[in-house]
Amino acid sequence: MNYLASVGSYAIMIREVFKKPTKWRIMKSLIFKEIDELIFSSLGIIIFISFFIGAVVAIQTALNLTNPLIPRDLIGFATRQSVILEFAPTFVSIIMAGKVGSYITSSIGTMRVTEQIDALEVMGVNSLNYLVFPKIIAMLFYPFAIAISMYVGIFGGWMAGVFGGFLTSENFITGLQSDFVPFHIAYAFVKTLIFAFVIATIPSFHGFYMKGGALEVGKASTTSFVWTSVVIIILNYILTQLLLG
Amino acid sequence: MIEVRDIHKSFGNAHILKGITTTFEKGKTNLVIGQSGSGKTVFLKCLLGLFVPEEGGIAYDGKLYSEHTDDEKRDLRQEMGMVFQGSALFDSMTVEGNVMFPLEMFTKQSKSEMKHRVDAVLKRVNLIDAHHKFPSEISGGMQKRVAIARAIVMNPKYLFCDEPNSGLDPKTAILIDDLIKEITEEYNITTVINTHDMNSVMQIGEKIIFLKDGLLEWEGTKNEIFKTDNEAVTNFVYSSDLFKKVRQMYIQEQN
Repeated sequence: MNYLASVGSYAIMIREVFKKPTKWRIMKSLIFKEIDELIFSSLGIIIFISFFIGAVVAIQTALNLTNPLIPRDLIGFATRQSVILEFAPTFVSIIMAGKVGSYITSSIGTMRVTEQIDALEVMGVNSLNYLVFPKIIAMLFYPFAIAISMYVGIFGGWMAGVFGGFLTSENFITGLQSDFVPFHIAYAFVKTLIFAFVIATIPSFHGFYMKGGALEVGKASTTSFVWTSVVIIILNYILTQLLLG
Repeated sequence: MIEVRDIHKSFGNAHILKGITTTFEKGKTNLVIGQSGSGKTVFLKCLLGLFVPEEGGIAYDGKLYSEHTDDEKRDLRQEMGMVFQGSALFDSMTVEGNVMFPLEMFTKQSKSEMKHRVDAVLKRVNLIDAHHKFPSEISGGMQKRVAIARAIVMNPKYLFCDEPNSGLDPKTAILIDDLIKEITEEYNITTVINTHDMNSVMQIGEKIIFLKDGLLEWEGTKNEIFKTDNEAVTNFVYSSDLFKKVRQMYIQEQN
């Protein structure tokens, strides 16, 4: 019953986010600030993780190709498919649920604890619009980060495959180009956009409606990470079934 | 002027405010006192419009809050200034940014006009050379001054303060009390202060209301509080030996 009430509160929160907008002059600067905080500051970890995940996928595929009849090109093909379809959009989103999500929950939760949200409300500011809307807009740029993740992941696979002596550069590129389905890129970006909305709003919900003190801010961050991850995993299944099934 | 008309407020089964009726006049510092759990904070949040009473109503300059349209409620909010217990300054903004915030949100003033106004209110609260500091870089007393400056920057009609001198040393607490009183008179605003601090009661309490278990137990001026024989009030206000002696001296002087 509590879960149902939370879903209802979340829906009401989303409606409030889009009501009574903040002045565009102020909103513009808030959006740029959030793009910096949520997207640019995450690029380092996204690039780092993507490179090594791509490399590991290539090595694992190479090590499992024991049948000499299977061409080595498959390493490039498998790396591309794994990175584009799952690792970049889903795996990186789970990482972002931890990094960006906990930042969102703790920053909004701290504002709640220190009465800064009450101060906004007393002034007549729509605090949900002021705090959450810029995060949603900033996260619209998340697909760009995922595009970088895809590129770096495949590059990591190429580095590990070629310099690890598993295949030649030509083999990798041949595999990379074989049986390419452009819709897979669209599928990945549709997923990414929906995950971006989830990453911006579920942590905001947990931060905004939290009660208590500093300890509860920490608990809310953990809870928000768990729920954001759960929702991403479930949506991943539904979207894959809908778009590829 | 704020008229509170028989307001009731409950949370679940807990009946917090059980029918409070009082009036807060313009240009006066009105103090709300009472023990923890007496309903002071809920009462203040009702005055601010953050909680809506189930029964009764609150009239601002003669018009009930419930009779205001949504736009009028928003305009009314902009006529209210609030000083929170923990100052509630925005961490990510400088002192100047915090004070300028309401102007940026609700006025069409140019940057130079806003800066001029911010300089004036910061000077009024005796804060100079702190414009570019962040709240974490200034003392608790300075944070309270910034909060007061932010509360008055829009020339409010009503000023609400929740424990404005909690956590401050006695000297700074007196300075903050005096500042609030001066601003109330100077701007001719209706000020309501929630406090536990008996120094404030003696120093600036032009009208004092005492809440007990969600009811208005007593109301009067700071001079009347010396003479009252209401047991709940005397037990609360004169719980320390120092205040008991002050009261005795006052009564002796009067006799």
